[in-house]
Amino acid sequence: MCLTPLPARGRRVARPAVPDAVALTWRQYRLERRMFWRNPSAAFFNFLLPLLFLAGAGAALSANQHQLDRLVPMIAGMSVMSTTFTALAYNVVFLRERGVLKRIRGTPLPGISYFGGVAANAVTNTALQILIIVLAGRAFFGIGWPVHWLALIVFVLVGVVSLAALGVAFAHVIPNFESTAAYVNAVFLPVVAISFYVFDSHSAPGFVRTIAEALPLKPLIDGLSAAMVAGAGLGSHLDALAVIALWGALGLYLAVRGFSWEASRT
Amino acid sequence: MRDLRKRYGDFEAVRGIDITVQRGEVFGLLGPNGAGKTTTVEILEGYRARSGGEVSVLGEDPAGRSIALRRRIGIVLQSGGIYSHITPREALAHWASFYPHPRDVGEVLALAGLQEKADVRSRRLSGGQLRRLDFALALIGDPELIFLDEPTTGFDPEARRAAWETVRSLRDLGKTILLTTHYLEEAQALADRVAIVKDGRVLAIGPPRELGVGAAHYRVAYRDSDGELIERETDDPTTLLHELTAEALASGQRLDELSVGRPTLEDVYMELTAASSREGEADADVPDAAPSEGTSRREASRA
Repeated sequence: MCLTPLPARGRRVARPAVPDAVALTWRQYRLERRMFWRNPSAAFFNFLLPLLFLAGAGAALSANQHQLDRLVPMIAGMSVMSTTFTALAYNVVFLRERGVLKRIRGTPLPGISYFGGVAANAVTNTALQILIIVLAGRAFFGIGWPVHWLALIVFVLVGVVSLAALGVAFAHVIPNFESTAAYVNAVFLPVVAISFYVFDSHSAPGFVRTIAEALPLKPLIDGLSAAMVAGAGLGSHLDALAVIALWGALGLYLAVRGFSWEASRT
Repeated sequence: MRDLRKRYGDFEAVRGIDITVQRGEVFGLLGPNGAGKTTTVEILEGYRARSGGEVSVLGEDPAGRSIALRRRIGIVLQSGGIYSHITPREALAHWASFYPHPRDVGEVLALAGLQEKADVRSRRLSGGQLRRLDFALALIGDPELIFLDEPTTGFDPEARRAAWETVRSLRDLGKTILLTTHYLEEAQALADRVAIVKDGRVLAIGPPRELGVGAAHYRVAYRDSDGELIERETDDPTTLLHELTAEALASGQRLDELSVGRPTLEDVYMELTAASSREGEADADVPDAAPSEGTSRREASRA
């Protein structure tokens, strides 16, 4: 067990003097991808759960094309939320409580590269998920290709950024890893329920509708529905986009402001 | 660092620490849990802001958290986690990409004794193996200055000795090392100089050898003619030995198992901490002869 002195600095293998932040972001992204696929429970929560939902509800509604047209965007919206909000809240709490974040903070890895890699990972997961849903919608549920690709991409992107930021921000209030599932589901399930209900029902009471419209998921489902099925362009749902973006701004502010790199010692 | 202070609300964890660590030195911060060791080190590492005083690490203020500084230091945290599904080889390759002049991954794996576990996912590694991975990750960037916060806490004796060897080989490379420990023998085995810290203050500072001689007593032990183990403490072992051996020779006795123990850091530590807690008790009658019962049964093996 011994360590040999490295040659003098000048004779070392030439590397760029400053490994640049972009290259490090890419490396962090690749690591996040690899870690994601190696973790079966994360893969389950991110991919299988919404797809099982889609398969189950789709089978039950298979006779009614109108309802299928509504189901697919609902599941797509839920997928965006689960691959970003849920996944990041879990991840941040886990890495924080295990001391991984603290260790990373002690290295020269720029914070922006770390978060860039993590965010790119979330975007990839969401994109894959949406792609699967689009393909499934076309193959099994009689829904054509998305009518407005641009609107779809814009809504997915804004939705990812907003809900990812909210997921990171929400991690701040979760005290330890054991309670993560309780905290996350306490938000995720009610938001999904009220958004689905209001989206699908014209008879929802006014105040329930108001609440749902003010939350980010219902506007996201509206936008996805317009882009995937109804055929309305981006311009017809700018108000929905604004609501999501506002949540995103709030989420980013809280995510950055309250961010903690280490577990509290209490 | 000069007059370093850290306050958490009403509690002042670090109350004015002055320490200068020389390049190439292994410096130990020794003290009980809660003494302020980790707080001090984490200020130097850039994790915490200080409440007062001046700090310079390799010429920079660590509170600035510059990437240039972090390229030159390596950190072994008291408890730092790692991704569950990463292997040591992957972790080291990834970490190496953060640094401009990293060491070879294979070499660091060998140094940490992780060759056989290089491709095993971290969740399947034992506590000791994870600790070795901590070392490896701190070394991969070939840092000039290494912080080791309680590097061997929870190790069995064999693992501890292996870790000590690693630290020594780092010193031989000219690395500067700042380590914290509450093991006296660890500070004694590794550190060129030690600061004994308690309640956020430095009680004593110096090479372990000198601290030992200055503050505590030599122990001379032997078995008397009844076979009972006798242990005596003295500041002047030569005279005591002369008296003992003269007596023994004159009366035809043997001094079985005769040994002279140099004072260990533990003695110093007990004495210093006892002294500092006595300061608070104004009316206490303070006898000069301090340690007796607690130390009398200990084996004095060093001659």
